[in-house]
Amino acid sequence: MTEIQNLLLEVKNLNIEFHDHLLPETVVYDFDLSVEEGEIIGIVGESGSGKSMTALAIAGLLSRHDMEKRGQILYDGTDLLTCPRSQLRRLQGKEIGMVFQEPMTSLNPVKRIGWQVEESLRIHTQMTKEERKKTAIRLLESVELTDAEKIYKLYPHELSGGMRQRVMIAAAIACEPKILIADEPTTALDVTIQAQIIKLLKKINEEKRTAILFISHDLSLVSRLCEKVVVMQGGYIVETGSTEDIFMHPKEEYTKKLIAAIPKCEKKQG
Amino acid sequence: MKYIGKKVILMAATLIVVSFLVFLSFFVMSGDPATSMLGTQATPDRVEALREEMGLNDSFFTQYFRWAGSFLKGDMGISYSYRIPVESMIADKIPVTLALTGIAFLMLIVLAIPLGIYIAKYAGGIADRVIYVLNQIMMAIPPFFAGILITFLFGRIFKLFTPGGYVSYKDNFGQFIGYMFFPALAIALPKIAMAVKLLRSSVIGEVKKDYVRTAFSRGNRSNQVFYNHILKNALIPVITFLGMTLADMVAGSIIIEQVFGIPGLGRILLTSISNRDYPVVEAIIICMAFIVVSINFIVDIIYQLIDPRISTEE
Repeated sequence: MTEIQNLLLEVKNLNIEFHDHLLPETVVYDFDLSVEEGEIIGIVGESGSGKSMTALAIAGLLSRHDMEKRGQILYDGTDLLTCPRSQLRRLQGKEIGMVFQEPMTSLNPVKRIGWQVEESLRIHTQMTKEERKKTAIRLLESVELTDAEKIYKLYPHELSGGMRQRVMIAAAIACEPKILIADEPTTALDVTIQAQIIKLLKKINEEKRTAILFISHDLSLVSRLCEKVVVMQGGYIVETGSTEDIFMHPKEEYTKKLIAAIPKCEKKQG
Repeated sequence: MKYIGKKVILMAATLIVVSFLVFLSFFVMSGDPATSMLGTQATPDRVEALREEMGLNDSFFTQYFRWAGSFLKGDMGISYSYRIPVESMIADKIPVTLALTGIAFLMLIVLAIPLGIYIAKYAGGIADRVIYVLNQIMMAIPPFFAGILITFLFGRIFKLFTPGGYVSYKDNFGQFIGYMFFPALAIALPKIAMAVKLLRSSVIGEVKKDYVRTAFSRGNRSNQVFYNHILKNALIPVITFLGMTLADMVAGSIIIEQVFGIPGLGRILLTSISNRDYPVVEAIIICMAFIVVSINFIVDIIYQLIDPRISTEE
């Protein structure tokens, strides 16, 4: 909250409530968050803590009719919760990029990799076909995929999970968004690949000053990547603070338990 | 190219197996063609002489290879009942059946796919509910009965065509196609209902998939998500269905030809079966098998074009 001029995104009092059962069920209570340019913020919590719901709400992807969202998600003066869809679309993919948990299913199986990486360029820029292709290949190289020219022409089923997640990241950063939301991007991957993806995200953050919202249940990954951490449980924010503070001096019992649950040996999967 | 080569070999193998089975089934069936040609009053000597002349006393394999060999050269044998070459009997009937199934299939594609897309996009709306009911009815009505209803409704009440007023394609091609329209509709209707239902549920299944969420996260409009992402995926099972249903439609045309009085393959097939006119039946079955196999070949190619996960050239 010190450098207000760099404030990118501000979430105020976000409440998400489902109405798909007899009793309405609130999954996120009074969520507050501010994201500044170039920041990496981790949101941690167990399954059902509301972290993914929050991420999807910020990305403007919660549009089900059976849920109610209250509060504000302010991006550059626009409230993403109430603005018209056309305005939201102009931000999606351009200002806000999103990487999902399941690299195996998050890419369209019948479209070539290149087509999918270029998609947000096609939507948000006036680039010609050749420029798009050049950009896409450069993007694929920037996410450390070897033989980008070849991968450009392949289909998702021809790539491994780790490669697909790199493709997802390349597609998400195609328009150089200010914020990249990564919803458990490494959960479906094995540990070596996890570490590589974390390194890659860090590199993107350093090179492009992209703010990253990293959603994970894995505190050890969060501690390696993020400067700020939001700990969530049961829809509530339990604790917020700098990574160091949270790790060294956890105030809440739940945070202490989460920290204690990190396997001591780093080689083991968390 | 290798893929196509494989498919061609498979096609040929299928036809060989079909021809063998057809020939075998008539070989083991009771009834002697020579006796039926000469009548039961004929002396055993004359029957025996004719059997010898027709080559019916040879072993099964000799007969099969002689028949298959000449078939390949375009000689389909002589009809037992009409004593004329089979090819001259069926040559001008093949285009009729082909046109009938072709028009029906075209109707299926032209009507089912846009309709399926429409009701899938507006699932839950009024059109969806109306079409749901119509679909149930159409699926429940067998083609021959649909044919009777259509004859009554469009032929008798609206007088859009003359029932029984078949015009040969040789006389007036336009009128021929015009007459084929309603029979083709009768064949296509239940299939349209099925394809619409399948496409609708396929689209609804695809909408829930992760890649759709990804597409939205890039700022696509709903329509862009639908046409650029969902549709191609949703069409895959529909194309499989179309391929399978075509064989069904060729068979269905036999009955519909009877209902509408169309002199296609179906009519000679039925009379030839009751007359035990084996060469004719064999030739027609092979022709139909050839049509079905060729269509499947085309569907396979389309399938491969649309779904990259199907084994490719490498």
